Amino acid sequence: MIVVLFTRIGNQIGKLHHTKYKLQIIQEAGQGKGSSLHHEENINAEGSTIDSFRVSDFGAFDQSYRVEDAVDLSGNSTYNSLKVSNQTISPVSVHISNLGQLPTSLEKSQLTIQTEPHRLQLQKVQSSNPGTILVVNTDNQEESAMADASPRTDISTDLDTDDKNQPYDRNLSVVAVSDSSDRSKDKSDQKTLRRLAQNREAARKSRLRKKAYVQQLESSRLKLTQLEQELQRARQQGIFISSSGDQAHTLSGNGAMQFDAEYARWLEEQNRQINELRAAVNSHASDTELRMIVDGILAHYDEIFRLKGVAAKADVFHLLSGMWKTPAERCFLWLGGFRSSEILKLLVSQLEPLTEQQLMGITNLQQSSQQAEDALSQGMDALQQSLAETLSTGAPASSGSSGNVANYMGQMAMAMGKLGTLEGFIRQADNLRQQTLQQMHRILTTRQSARALLAIHDYFSRLRALSSLWLARPRD
Amino acid sequence: MDRVRELASKKAAVIFTKSSCYMCHSITQLFYELGASPAVHELDKDAYGREMEWALRSMGCNPSVPAVFIGGKFVGSSKDVISLHVDGSLKQMLMDAKAIWF
Repeated sequence: MIVVLFTRIGNQIGKLHHTKYKLQIIQEAGQGKGSSLHHEENINAEGSTIDSFRVSDFGAFDQSYRVEDAVDLSGNSTYNSLKVSNQTISPVSVHISNLGQLPTSLEKSQLTIQTEPHRLQLQKVQSSNPGTILVVNTDNQEESAMADASPRTDISTDLDTDDKNQPYDRNLSVVAVSDSSDRSKDKSDQKTLRRLAQNREAARKSRLRKKAYVQQLESSRLKLTQLEQELQRARQQGIFISSSGDQAHTLSGNGAMQFDAEYARWLEEQNRQINELRAAVNSHASDTELRMIVDGILAHYDEIFRLKGVAAKADVFHLLSGMWKTPAERCFLWLGGFRSSEILKLLVSQLEPLTEQQLMGITNLQQSSQQAEDALSQGMDALQQSLAETLSTGAPASSGSSGNVANYMGQMAMAMGKLGTLEGFIRQADNLRQQTLQQMHRILTTRQSARALLAIHDYFSRLRALSSLWLARPRD
Repeated sequence: MDRVRELASKKAAVIFTKSSCYMCHSITQLFYELGASPAVHELDKDAYGREMEWALRSMGCNPSVPAVFIGGKFVGSSKDVISLHVDGSLKQMLMDAKAIWF
């Protein structure tokens, strides 16, 4: 005999957080006879109903059963289905325990006891807990668990609630109920059969619904783990991923990832060119050859500034964040890139000997770039301040709700306009970097330019190496 | 256009801006840092602002603001100003127009 215990709490389905409850139905070996089943009203065998009973033990069950399967029980509601496998046959009592949200006693349940052996049906159980239902259906021919996935608070089978006192079949060895043992078996076979058929139908439908529901849950869980893995992988690649994951962000995320890939390629090419330049310098190549390589490297710098311009349109915040650079480089980040004035400061000592004119030229260049950087920074500060002011203006409490909404939307529109100017700032910052490199090249000789480019590259590659070391450092 | 020209020739350094433009703020700051005191005209506060903006655009100033004039001559927008500043030309222009003396 298989007892399927089915519980549903509440109306909601599909929460992914479950707490597992184990329902154990402990068998007590009763002596089988006599009424160990308490009930408050008449229990009718063979399709009659019991309005309430206390499930403490079904002393007369000849079969033992055990609820084995763990049940997923959500905080709000889930369907718990328990599978009870046919174990042994011995007198049985049922005790439902450890149900956090289930009553330990069933009240107002309707119990139909069938005439045929090994068949016990519990129909239309209403517990004192709102929305909690226990349906016990036993059918020794079916092994699958029965669960009703529909969001009803009640499960009512199609059974008639027959209040007539039905006779109790003395052949029933399953349940001994004190009252029912005295009943006669007046219930017509036809009614019984119909009821049985309806029960079977309902059970089957419940099983199918439960199956569908469980399948849905499984696929959702699978998808969730997949997404988590993807997120983990993307995070490791240093790509900034917000938790919102809406459509708009996905688009800009693509722009960011694309730029990161382009930048990586650009770096590789630059490494190659620098190596070529280093070899040429060390081998004392001619000026013409050096000039060719230097021009190539400067043109390559133009390329990255062009790529940054495109990326600024796609995702200005990605550039501003500096996530496309290594951590140590990010430390020195200014408006989405390096500070030209800093680079020039580093170069002066390395470029000696310089002529008077060259020295003055480089000093002036350093000063000019410093001034331009300051001017751009001040513009950015003004933008930030204005943006903060825009967003902090609260709507007056007295205005109506529509006024508040219009206010809010106006705020947002203004803020959006201000954010649009960020792209211009990155553009001009890159323009400044580009112009500084060009001017430096104009002031210096070819050979000096070559050494300058090598020095700049070495500086940044050391910063990148420092980042790697830092990330790989042993931590306690 | 006439109004633009008229205002541009009134002082050695003239910048047309908009109060909502923060790049204009940067360029203006740069001029202050150089010691020039440019005449700043905010187009959104001017009665003829829209026509002036149209005129600036037709001169090839993109974006229309900031629009810089030195010695009555149109210099350009922010990109041009920064480029000229880096190679030292801007300072020279200002000196030539007597906006600054050193």
